[in-house]
Amino acid sequence: MADCESMLQERILDALAENRSLEIRGGGTKHFLGRRTEGEILEVRGHAGIVDYDPKELVLTARCGTRLSEIEAVLAQQNQMLPFEPPHFGENATIGGTIACGLSGPRRPWAGAARDYLLGAKILNGMGELLHFGGKVMKNVAGFDCARLMAGAYGTLGVLLETSVKVLPVPAHSVTRVMECPEDEAVRFMSALLSQPVPVDGAAWCDGLLHVRLSGSFDAVSHARIGGEELPDAARFWFDLREQRLEFFRNEKPLWRISSKPAQKPFDIPGNWLLDWGGALRWFKSAAPEEEVRKSVARSGGRARLFGGEDSLLCDSPHLIEMSRRIKHAFDPHGICNPGRMHRGI
Amino acid sequence: MHQAKEKLIGELRRIVAPESVLADEEEMRPFECDALSVYRSLPMAVVLPSRVEEVQAVLALCSRMKVAVVVRGAGTGLSGGALPHPEGVLLVMAKFDRILEIDAENRIARVEPGVRNLAVSEAASRFGLHYAPDPSSQIACTIGGNVAENSGGVHCLKYGLTVHNLLALKVVTMDGEMLEIGDGTLDFEGYDLLALLTGSEGLLGVVVEATVKLLPKPERAQVLLAAFDDLEQAAQAVGEGIAAGIIPAGLEMMDRLAISAAESFVHAGYPDAEALLLCELDGTNAEVSEHVMTVRNLLKKAGAFEVRTAQSEAERQLFWKGRKSAFPAVGRISPDYYCMDGTIPRRELGRVLTRMRDLSGKYGLRVANVFHAGDGNLHPLILFDANLPGELERTEAMGSEILRLCIEAGGTITGEHGVGVEKLGEMCVQFSAAELVQFHRVKSAFDPQGLLNPGKAVPTLHRCAEFGKMHVHRGSLPHPELERF
Repeated sequence: MADCESMLQERILDALAENRSLEIRGGGTKHFLGRRTEGEILEVRGHAGIVDYDPKELVLTARCGTRLSEIEAVLAQQNQMLPFEPPHFGENATIGGTIACGLSGPRRPWAGAARDYLLGAKILNGMGELLHFGGKVMKNVAGFDCARLMAGAYGTLGVLLETSVKVLPVPAHSVTRVMECPEDEAVRFMSALLSQPVPVDGAAWCDGLLHVRLSGSFDAVSHARIGGEELPDAARFWFDLREQRLEFFRNEKPLWRISSKPAQKPFDIPGNWLLDWGGALRWFKSAAPEEEVRKSVARSGGRARLFGGEDSLLCDSPHLIEMSRRIKHAFDPHGICNPGRMHRGI
Repeated sequence: MHQAKEKLIGELRRIVAPESVLADEEEMRPFECDALSVYRSLPMAVVLPSRVEEVQAVLALCSRMKVAVVVRGAGTGLSGGALPHPEGVLLVMAKFDRILEIDAENRIARVEPGVRNLAVSEAASRFGLHYAPDPSSQIACTIGGNVAENSGGVHCLKYGLTVHNLLALKVVTMDGEMLEIGDGTLDFEGYDLLALLTGSEGLLGVVVEATVKLLPKPERAQVLLAAFDDLEQAAQAVGEGIAAGIIPAGLEMMDRLAISAAESFVHAGYPDAEALLLCELDGTNAEVSEHVMTVRNLLKKAGAFEVRTAQSEAERQLFWKGRKSAFPAVGRISPDYYCMDGTIPRRELGRVLTRMRDLSGKYGLRVANVFHAGDGNLHPLILFDANLPGELERTEAMGSEILRLCIEAGGTITGEHGVGVEKLGEMCVQFSAAELVQFHRVKSAFDPQGLLNPGKAVPTLHRCAEFGKMHVHRGSLPHPELERF
């Protein structure tokens, strides 16, 4: 629980002076994501602690090294939560790493992503300058939204020192209903559900079973008629899905993360499939040749990326890559913060 | 200069149909300002392209000739963001007004930038869907402008701002290149350029297509009206409701002066009170019924001396009517008013209101307050008379103190109207020199020559100009047909 701001700033200035690059490291739980970067390890876990939390404001401000589990526990005491349901991937997960990787859990299509809840950030850019962007208020249009730009930037634009996130009340009531159905039927069902005013905040299909989570006021949930049976230990299921602990994830085959439109028909590639986000996120386990997977998915209008592989995090549009390079340069002109983590040279 | 202008116009007329290039003073007059009409200026030429290739070619040409370009949608902005550059081209996107696709299955709409905000919801309506951001100017303002300003609306407390409802953009950068950001799916990797572009006030690129999220229309919406003897008590009630776990679709507050102005204007039947809260709850039938009961009790416990629930759709509209007509209503009781747009953390509301009352006494100017109470976005309206010597200057000085107060309270100088040319001075207070330089570096990444909407949104370091606000003379706001709230 300490403020290590000036120490971290000095480390960046030293690295800058000696032309060394830095690998920013929080809890290390998402180290396997993105490309490898080389540099002196810059530990930020020590820069920890909740700086401000007022439940009535629905805003929590914490230093980057604060453990996600600590934040969630503090929020739970007030019956509040991080609405984007971030995956931890290990007990040491920090809020800084969570925002930097920009990952969101099963509630994402209904509640929004990590970046949607980021209201403000304090950063050190690649020149060691201490900068504040955004703030602690929901509506703020002063200046470019450089705070949100940090979400999903994998630390390549600087060190995320502190973040302010919007939080929400935990739904008063939540029930998960399970029904047996094949994949194509699940896609149709979930897609239809998304267009109706039903209080859904989770929909996933795995092993022939469709899981739909209904959340909201007690009456709203109990009046929703969608069929299926109530799942007894529902929290466990959504936790295991979020943390990739379901049986589906437990084998050595490569794991693909595929973005698609929710109503996209099942991809015609043999292997094991798991559908999350009402069909907008699909996980695929297969030992099929990489190029084949990429091409088949692209043909059907999706994007496939190896989860935890050495894949670039950018799509292959040259103009977008060039723009990303320039943005990287705007924050970190000497390329000392996590160089190459996102893409070659970025 | 004259020769360069002739050459530019000739070249422009080679790119777009000659009649789509206006260079005559009279023809250009309607484009001289946006809804912040105290700032007016004529450009060298107004260009109305109708194809993306034309936009690309115009930008590439202006890049080559080093001519500034200002982009304009419907011109309903409140901060002068679309004010023409006297030595530049005004690029009007009005002809891009087609809805390209409503994909009901995937709940997305693909639209051109000149499509009006409300038109998206109208087109989606037959599928039971709508586009959530609903700025008060929604019958006229366009999606391109909404992206540039990150527009919100009465319902943004629950449904978010433009940035939360955008899935993909096609943007032309100043060099004429097309940048495709996102593909309509929920997951995108790389830098969040969608967020960076949203609210960038036309400084980074020209939106030529947007893919937005559609949501199912709520089954029911219900409005409660609560009257309080004390403004701070009303402010506290807002926090109590949220702490109880209920996020209303909209939550609006008015003070005594605003209430009485609105009441005498539209006769909404508002009670005589120091503060009014309007709380809209939406969702499924069952949920709304449950929440209405809870909120009623909460409001009474928080000290409301009267709580009414709209008994019909007509009554719901009437409750809203007073709030929605607050700006023109205030325009009737004062020759002029200045509209401010700060945001503060809600817990600071009481303190800020008290300070504002002190300032009102100090400057001898009345202030009517209407706010989006749920998210702390204040719209103090300073009442003054520009014909009285010195009163405008006093108003500006007071407005400036109010915005500084918002910054001190941990808030921001603009919640939704944007910086434009209006709040450049306050930007120097809210941001440090290093932060402003960082903004300029971002700008250079997109537009190294600084030709796109120059002089707006981000002040140069040596500029700390005098403060300006939205100035309404004799109630005559440009676009008087639009609701402003």
